[in-house]
Amino acid sequence: MSAEEQVGSVGLNLAIFGAFVLVTLVLVYRAGRTTHTTSDYYAAGRGFTGPQNGVAIAGDYLSAASFLGIAGAIAVNGYDGFLYSIGFLVAWLVALLLVAELMRNTGRFTMGDVLAYRMRQRPVRAAAATSTLVVSAFYLLAQMAGAGGLIALLLQIPAGDRIGQGLVIVVVGTLMIVYVLVGGMKGTTYVQIIKAVLLLVGTAVMAAWVLGVVGLDVGELLERAAERSPHGTAIFEPGLQYTNPVDFISLALALVLGTAGLPHILMRFYTVPNAVEARRSVVWAIWLVGVFYLFTLVLGYGATALLPPGTVTAANQNNAAPLLAYHLGGEFLLGVVSAIAFATILAVVAGLMITASASFAHDVYANVIRRGAASPRSEVRVARLTAVAVGIIAIVGGIVANGQNVAFLVALAFAVAASANLPTLLYSLFWARFNTTGALCSIYGGLVTSVVLIVLSPAVSGKPADPATGRSASMLQGVDFHWFPLDNPGLVSIPLSFLLGAVGTVLGGRRPDAARRYAEMEVRALTGAGAERATVPEAATVAR
Amino acid sequence: MQATDWDFGEVKPPSAHEQATLHEQVQAGPEFVELRRRLRGWVFPMSAAFLLWYFAYVVLASYARELMATPVSGVITVGLLVGLAQFVSTFALTAAYVRFAARRLDPLAAQIRCSMEDHR
Repeated sequence: MSAEEQVGSVGLNLAIFGAFVLVTLVLVYRAGRTTHTTSDYYAAGRGFTGPQNGVAIAGDYLSAASFLGIAGAIAVNGYDGFLYSIGFLVAWLVALLLVAELMRNTGRFTMGDVLAYRMRQRPVRAAAATSTLVVSAFYLLAQMAGAGGLIALLLQIPAGDRIGQGLVIVVVGTLMIVYVLVGGMKGTTYVQIIKAVLLLVGTAVMAAWVLGVVGLDVGELLERAAERSPHGTAIFEPGLQYTNPVDFISLALALVLGTAGLPHILMRFYTVPNAVEARRSVVWAIWLVGVFYLFTLVLGYGATALLPPGTVTAANQNNAAPLLAYHLGGEFLLGVVSAIAFATILAVVAGLMITASASFAHDVYANVIRRGAASPRSEVRVARLTAVAVGIIAIVGGIVANGQNVAFLVALAFAVAASANLPTLLYSLFWARFNTTGALCSIYGGLVTSVVLIVLSPAVSGKPADPATGRSASMLQGVDFHWFPLDNPGLVSIPLSFLLGAVGTVLGGRRPDAARRYAEMEVRALTGAGAERATVPEAATVAR
Repeated sequence: MQATDWDFGEVKPPSAHEQATLHEQVQAGPEFVELRRRLRGWVFPMSAAFLLWYFAYVVLASYARELMATPVSGVITVGLLVGLAQFVSTFALTAAYVRFAARRLDPLAAQIRCSMEDHR
């Protein structure tokens, strides 16, 4: 890490970050006192309003990849960084139009609930839990991998000091476990809301500041960016980052279809009292996420325009936003922005932990192992134990994956979600004939294909070494077992999963009561009749 | 647990059959058929439209880079404007869906839901 990045004051950074931790811990503790039932632990008693949940969804969705990754990608590669944010935003329309409300009406806590409605419970729940855990693991790794760069910035522990960084990751991971154990979904939601507000206000202030510096003239900002960038006006054209068009189309497909298959996003739809509130949540999330990406566009080009040429490079691009903050507002703004970025990682990790633990405890333990005979009390206990296990895995994974490219790992999580979850969900919600065989084919088919293609992709091995650094852009150095030509598997694995689901359905047997079960599910999905109600008193007034 | 908390496991409580029959009746009824027609008649074509528009954009950014690099005014290119247009269309479709759902879906869904609850 170069000397110029050692900016800011550790004490100030720690104080700001400590304040965030303290406030959220108090809230989480208070939330934890009212967490008793499974509905409390997994779905916060379904008592959040649409707007609250919408802010929390934005908090869950705007991960370190969005904040640091996209601003940095725009700062270095211009237009191609912007392409990422468009995919991330448009994807929400899939969730709004096709998934959110119907899911809210049919499920209780997990994606497995929706599938179990009219299929053989145990195999589909096991499949849904498997894909939930795999997607969450990819996403978790991405977040923890990004923590390293931030620790270097926030605490000035250099990237070379693996032990020092590892210790910090352990502390952070432990903190997350405490959040989830004590606060359940309600506490986690509060953390998401606070983090989302901080993140949105922080980026808004920075964007306004950047525009103020150039006299509110966007044209002026872009012209300065072109003058300072080594690429000139090419930063306003596609092609700097994605040189292979097919690879880019594959990524775009995964981004747009991945969001509505991300388990930690799907689970948030259950924290509101009814489908109309679920719709309002998504609408709020779309506005917040969209406005946020417009801010990152200003921040990315702003970093190019205002920082001395060469400050932000491909190697340190994740730090573009914090470095811009230092340039604008000195140590204080840097402290605030790096604390926000860190809070971002914490909140997303907490959301992933509760999703993974709910999926294991509710689908695997309560319904597959205990065949529905588990008491709610023991189910919550298993969920808490799972959260600890997932937390430990996240800590270990974070230490191992430290330094990997964050946005790239997140894109892989999107590809797996789009391949394994979305086709199955859409078929299940809209296709009367869809059956257990079809569901298993599309989940396992999509999951296995996407993961295997990732392992065999140039993203993992075999990219030529960069002559300047001697390092390959692949995850593994010095080996080459790549066989699949694309970085992102979406273009193959997503259509294949749709196809497998259809073929499996045609080949699989039809249960005698299939029509009756589909009638029940469809009527519930579209009308909300008999949907899970809120269990907290204030929700009743909210719902009306 | 509440009355709505049904078991969908392998073993069905005796009342489940009666309940399901009601669901089948509702599913076949004219109100529900109309609700499904309205929902699918809106969300399917709109989903197809926004996906087509998004992929048109992706393909343009991949294969028509010269066009996307054409300056419109100063340094602002066609690509930047088309990208921002994706934001505008996403916001517009969101607002349109909310209007549509509130006017055409919610009242009918509530009507069916209420008539089912009366039935119990």
